[in-house]
Amino acid sequence: MNTPQTAPKIEVAALKKQFGDHVVLRDINLNIDPGAVVALIGPSGSGKSTLLRCLNLLVVPNGGRIRIGADSFDFDGNKPLPSPKAQAKFRSNAGMVFQHFNLFPHMTVLQNVMEGPISAKNMHKGEAEAIARRLLAKVGLADKADAFPNRLSGGQKQRVAIARALAMEPEVMLFDEATSALDPELVSEVLSVMRDLAAEGMTMIIVTHEIAFARDVADRVVFMRDGVIVEEGPAREVIDNPRQEATRSFLSHFHTRN
Amino acid sequence: MYTFNYDILWGYRWLFLNGTLVTIGLTIGIIVLGLLLGLIAGLAQLSRFAVLRWVSWLYIELFRCTPLLVQLLWFYYALPILVGIQIDAVTASVLTLSLYGGSFYAEVIRGGVVSIEPGQTEAGLALGMTPARVMRRIVLPQAVKRMIPPLMNQSIIQFKNTSLVSVVAVPDLLYQGQVAATDTFRPLEVYSIVALIYFVVLVPLTAVVKRAERKLQVSH
Repeated sequence: MNTPQTAPKIEVAALKKQFGDHVVLRDINLNIDPGAVVALIGPSGSGKSTLLRCLNLLVVPNGGRIRIGADSFDFDGNKPLPSPKAQAKFRSNAGMVFQHFNLFPHMTVLQNVMEGPISAKNMHKGEAEAIARRLLAKVGLADKADAFPNRLSGGQKQRVAIARALAMEPEVMLFDEATSALDPELVSEVLSVMRDLAAEGMTMIIVTHEIAFARDVADRVVFMRDGVIVEEGPAREVIDNPRQEATRSFLSHFHTRN
Repeated sequence: MYTFNYDILWGYRWLFLNGTLVTIGLTIGIIVLGLLLGLIAGLAQLSRFAVLRWVSWLYIELFRCTPLLVQLLWFYYALPILVGIQIDAVTASVLTLSLYGGSFYAEVIRGGVVSIEPGQTEAGLALGMTPARVMRRIVLPQAVKRMIPPLMNQSIIQFKNTSLVSVVAVPDLLYQGQVAATDTFRPLEVYSIVALIYFVVLVPLTAVVKRAERKLQVSH
């Protein structure tokens, strides 16, 4: 059958990044289909967070190409970056959730979620508020709209952060160890929001140490080490039967948890 | 034993009042102008353009690392020779004190901005805000809270620094005091009164600073 392939939502080609002499990403190639959930796993220092941050231009690659949806960027160490405006537009299409939440402490929960649409899309307050309230209800925090972030638990903060990122209506969501800073009993409420998002068809890249969650929710798993993709494939296949020795050895640390 | 005679100074009350008002007016002027200069220089220190960083560094260090009195005399006596136009004492004073204060404000403002966790900037950028928007909506509102106590401290110092302008005959509190002292031959009483006036104006302000600092600690 020759059904036309849908174009990948995210395309990463020959991506390179180094800090001084230290090469963090060597030659990353990755295609992610619309609606796919990809778990990025690997030991610390493997470059997985850097790769995620490159996708949002929070780290500027030294070479290669990134496309998300219709916007693409070519990187060449010698060329200056496109204007801050073009960068901002690119970033607005990829929602980012950080390990340490990074909520704005001087704003209420509602204002946090409204900030993107108001500041980056010049949306009217009323419209932004409607979106924000809908998203807060979605993550189960409608009653916290007027609270300040310092009144929330870690799990609640991270759910607000997810709502804040969703408010920009991005095509993809990037999760950078979203549950690593949480107390164990608060992890599941965040994972459950992420699970719902995945079920709705959001394209997601998840940097995580929650191997069980990756196996359960992700379609694909990408294992990185020393700045290269060592192994990638269907989530269960990679986690249950890794082909590479490096993957096997990394996963062996987690097997007790599965 | 010296006998204090304050009665004789009653006739100079309007002179003291006048001097105090000049001192206060001068202070307000140099604080406003100084903050403006400090904001520009402080943010220029954080600019991605090397030229701006370099120019603001030169300005800040030039005014932080030379004595204020020398700057004042230079602006009043030396600058006119250089540029060929007469600068009146008040202009020279306001200019010098604003530039001097601005160099210290700049460091406070730069430090306040730098003290905000980079994660805040990243979160703003990740939403698709431009760097300028992130500075205005996310970083500065948080940084200003931290800057207020040191900015107020510096402003208190600026209030006292205005006394230097008496050297170039700006009729501030100290200058009027000198007039009264030479008139009455009562320097002990006059300068005690002058010191007292500075003190009385500033003590309530220091209380305000203390309260601001306490409030800041509570909210964090």
